[in-house]
Amino acid sequence: MPTFDLAVTTVRDVNLALHQLTPDTNQTAWQIENPQGKHAIGVGINVPVELEINGHVGYYCAGMNKHASIRIHGNAGTGVAENMMSGTVHVMGDASQSAGATGCGGLLIIDGDASARCGISMKGIDILVKGSIGSMSAFMAQAGNLVVFGDAGDALGDSIYEATIFVRGKVKSLGADCIEKPMTPEDRERLSELLGRAGMEGAAEIDDFRMYGSARELYHFHVDNIANY
Amino acid sequence: MSVPPNRTTPRVSATFDPYTISEIQRAAATGIYDIRGGGSKRRVPHFEDLLFLGASMSRYPLEGYREKCGTDVVLGARFAKKPIHLKTPVTIAGMSFGSLSGAAKEALGRGASAVGTSTTTGDGGMTEEERGHSETLVYQYLPSRYGMNPDDLRRCDAIEIVIGQGAKPGGGGMLLGQKISERVGKMRTLPAGIDQRSSSRHPDWTGPDDLEIKIEELREITDWEKPIYVKVGASRPYYDTALAVKSGADVIVIDGMQGGTAATQEVFIENVGIPTLAAIRPAVQALQELGMHRKVQLIISGGIRNGADIAKALALGADAVSIGSAALIALGDNSPSLEAEYEALGTFAGAYDDWHEGRDPAGITTQDPELARRLDPVLAGRRLANFLSVLTLEVQTIARACGKSHIHNLEPEDLVALTVEAAAIARVPLVGTDWIPGQQRY
Repeated sequence: MPTFDLAVTTVRDVNLALHQLTPDTNQTAWQIENPQGKHAIGVGINVPVELEINGHVGYYCAGMNKHASIRIHGNAGTGVAENMMSGTVHVMGDASQSAGATGCGGLLIIDGDASARCGISMKGIDILVKGSIGSMSAFMAQAGNLVVFGDAGDALGDSIYEATIFVRGKVKSLGADCIEKPMTPEDRERLSELLGRAGMEGAAEIDDFRMYGSARELYHFHVDNIANY
Repeated sequence: MSVPPNRTTPRVSATFDPYTISEIQRAAATGIYDIRGGGSKRRVPHFEDLLFLGASMSRYPLEGYREKCGTDVVLGARFAKKPIHLKTPVTIAGMSFGSLSGAAKEALGRGASAVGTSTTTGDGGMTEEERGHSETLVYQYLPSRYGMNPDDLRRCDAIEIVIGQGAKPGGGGMLLGQKISERVGKMRTLPAGIDQRSSSRHPDWTGPDDLEIKIEELREITDWEKPIYVKVGASRPYYDTALAVKSGADVIVIDGMQGGTAATQEVFIENVGIPTLAAIRPAVQALQELGMHRKVQLIISGGIRNGADIAKALALGADAVSIGSAALIALGDNSPSLEAEYEALGTFAGAYDDWHEGRDPAGITTQDPELARRLDPVLAGRRLANFLSVLTLEVQTIARACGKSHIHNLEPEDLVALTVEAAAIARVPLVGTDWIPGQQRY
């Protein structure tokens, strides 16, 4: 297994090696040691490799990931898996703010807590947080699913579009145009499938979750809604 | 109107002029602020307030059309492995697909490529029309991240991180539902027909320290090949320029308040931000103090109309300019040939700015397929190429008259100001004097 030690090599060398891989590569398992909180580790990967990162990472780890499965055995800084297109990113510790921001696809799993603005402007990514999330999470979320086992902070789903939020714990407050919605059988099935994809099948009852989405009151500008803009 | 002899002639108020009154009446009737496209329409200090001092005794001119005057510019040589080399310092500013039709984007690409310059994407992602027809394409990385795709990041020629734009520094986007077709909605991952409120700041960073890390990420994704531009709306150009340099930008774009937008509140367009002319010298000063002038390139935009505007921007220290509104006019926007249709929309050719409604008779700022078909991208591209060529020739003409063998040799010494405020803003002498307001020259 190719292994990089970021105590002696650079992030540039790591990313360059990963970018030079072709989709049919046989080198599908990679490892990074001593990430030491460095930024932009494993960004822009465009091939179906498995990458294990043993330690804490800084900003934007796995940014714009496509196809790869990346596991971070530690905490992640701001914007982990930002704008991910496909593949999987698994943070085995906590994540800082803006986790999965603007993500268009793929699955982001966070074993611990995620800070503010988790899933901000998400555009199709699925995010599963086993702990709690901070304020303004899923702000302007357009598509995809945010599943939270713990609690959610203030202004959850503010100005949300067509994304869906499932929360098992308490929600401190909902943002503008975000409302609780009854779960349809399709919603239950989607949540169940998500738990299964994250290896969490049976870890919680579907009925323990409450679902939130857009009231669609802000979809067309109207002066009566001015306080919400 | 005849006035009886026992009455004074009625007069309108300078404060409550007819336009102001109509705006109050419109607001009272509708309950919503006025939204429009374009940039500031009111008079602000601008390039026409400056004049060039053509060569005479103390300077020696170049022979018109005979002695060479270079116009090329290299953008992004600070860090990028593949800097951009343009034949002319006039680039096409970012304008979104969604705001513009696909044919308009194609025409921009055709016109720019014909003269060796670049186009820029906008909010909403990259279309095949523009990538296919733009030899050099700058990909905007915007707060909304609509249509953001690493594949497109890899196939662009430069990346422009948009922090703000001149028409609305600090404001987010407002693409109204009328222009959200199925294709536009799909590109932005939103349902067709709904208003799009794009955010006013980037979702995953919070200031210049984070910007530095964001730039590093984009460079890592693209293997340090592509120049990174940072675009700001002109408001605090000295500090914004200094912070962009510190953050690692290769190129800084400053867009003055005359810069256009697809749709924003009129009150925002006319009251937030500073004029283009006022933005240049503070930005250049910041670059000079940091020893980065001409190393980090400065692009100025916002109300650029002709070669004289460009020459003046370059003389004040810019490396290149961007045009948006002027490019649309070159394509056919506000053409007198469409006068009857503009009148039917309650406006007239030369004043049409309701681009957000999607009913543009010129087929440029619309997603209506019938209207969009009106624009011939080949013909419109040729018109733009002609216009860009004229701009370049005009800059050369002025530069030769000032004795310069390259347009980048123009300097503040070549300029005087017609008004006291322009002299103070541009930091050049008031015409006929050696007085620069606020400065001791000798």
